[in-house]
Amino acid sequence: MSAPATTRNQAESPSGPADPSLPTNLRRNAALVPTDTAAGRSLAAVIAILTFLAGLCAGAAEIVATNAGQWQGDVAQEVTIQVRPGPGRDVDADVARAETIAKSEPGIAEARVFSKAEAERLLEPWLGSGLDLSDLPVPRLIALKLADNRSADLKRLRTRLTEALPGVASLDDHALWLQRLSTAANAFVGIGVGMVILVLVATGLAVTFATRGAMAGNREVVEVLHFVGADDDYIARAFQRRFFGLGLRGGAIGAGLAILAFAVAGLLARAARSGPAGQEVEALFGAFQVGLRGYASVILIGVIASLVTGVVSRITVRRFLS
Amino acid sequence: MKSLLPGAERPVVQFENVGMRYGLGPEVLSDVSFRIAPRSFQFLTGPSGAGKTTLLRLILLSVRPTRGLVSIFGEEVSGISAKALTGLRRRMGVVFQDFRLLDHLTTYENVALPLRVQGRSETSYRAEVVELLRWVGLGERMHALPPLLSGGEKQRAAIARALIARPDLLLADEPTGNVDPGLGRRLLRLFLELNKLGTSVIIATHDFGIMDAVDARRMVLGEGRLRIEE
Repeated sequence: MSAPATTRNQAESPSGPADPSLPTNLRRNAALVPTDTAAGRSLAAVIAILTFLAGLCAGAAEIVATNAGQWQGDVAQEVTIQVRPGPGRDVDADVARAETIAKSEPGIAEARVFSKAEAERLLEPWLGSGLDLSDLPVPRLIALKLADNRSADLKRLRTRLTEALPGVASLDDHALWLQRLSTAANAFVGIGVGMVILVLVATGLAVTFATRGAMAGNREVVEVLHFVGADDDYIARAFQRRFFGLGLRGGAIGAGLAILAFAVAGLLARAARSGPAGQEVEALFGAFQVGLRGYASVILIGVIASLVTGVVSRITVRRFLS
Repeated sequence: MKSLLPGAERPVVQFENVGMRYGLGPEVLSDVSFRIAPRSFQFLTGPSGAGKTTLLRLILLSVRPTRGLVSIFGEEVSGISAKALTGLRRRMGVVFQDFRLLDHLTTYENVALPLRVQGRSETSYRAEVVELLRWVGLGERMHALPPLLSGGEKQRAAIARALIARPDLLLADEPTGNVDPGLGRRLLRLFLELNKLGTSVIIATHDFGIMDAVDARRMVLGEGRLRIEE
């Protein structure tokens, strides 16, 4: 009849299995909040779906941003001099002069003069073929390729052209196009980021509801934990651990599926690109490639979804308890 | 610290003119005043619905009195902080009438719970939990989940959980209600042993057999009022 006394003495004993006959398979530290419940599995599925959708948005935004960047780089690499024919002017001489001025300018890697026939061919899509355009004052073009170091001073080139060939030669650096392209790309990326944020907010709200449901369902667990001396922080941590685990599972599944979807879509796009139609599509819309940054952002969304789950559940529990 | 004057020690529990009602209902307890001295042993008895469980809940601080003063371990509890409340509860052990074991934890984990929530490592308390479980006759049932335990086994697990942290105050609500008389007497001896080691014990019971077996103070509740029989 000395159990409490023995207990009291052993409290000070060093840690470790004092009794060798202790069952080795004894379950000792199960989660304080029941984990593998139907509600838990549903929440993990919701988080997985939301993470998957957010991952798709982020990947799509990344594709647009990358392709827009490439387009902008390509377009910004080229400028065009337009030489308009005028009454009493020798347009070939004007083109030659403009070419000389352009070539003398530092930072211009290459100047290519479009011949009259080439300039007329450029109008074919609008005017049709087989027309005699010799009487029309078709402007002539000189395509200039800029050096990679971007040392060309386009402002000075424009001034020199205007001074040498006033009213005849003009320089088009595609700034308007670039601006529109940049605006469209930024808008698309902005929408993508906005959707990711919305999805994360939705995740937070879903977790709030789920936590409140779990608290109501585990009211007795919470009460018992209080009676045996657990403080609110300890209980909140127990719930947070449970929900972080669910969030991690959901986030990993959702992000994994999004990565898989992009990988499969990339492979399909690569297969479709082999034909001429595919090349045209790629030329127009760019390559369907998410890239490392895209995959990293999808993984990051999975991690953030898990963290949001953990933090939101902790805050909800603390509010519920107070 | 022990006082040099006998009887001058701070009471473990002190009620002064405590009244308690739920919502707008009638008073369940009226003008209840008593003291529980350190290392004392008493029974709380009275007919069903007399307010025994409410009185235990007031001591446990799970409900607050409508009026009057309640002091636990010398601390007046009306404006107590959450941290201090946790500290007080860690000094109490409680055996609920309906056991309140957590169904998803094994018997071992349930009994170890008060030590686990204190942040102690599992290895530091494993031996003492197993020993107590064996002592209350649950050595072979420590793997079992509560839904698989009999009423008596649940009762013993609940008692073991209340004792494991060696509380300064033990509250037991009908602790021998679901066990056979032999085991009931054995559990009562365990409570007496614990009391000799310094724990104040309050046992709420209807069982006159148990009460007659021990010469202890009786707190009798009737119609919301408390009468002390020394």
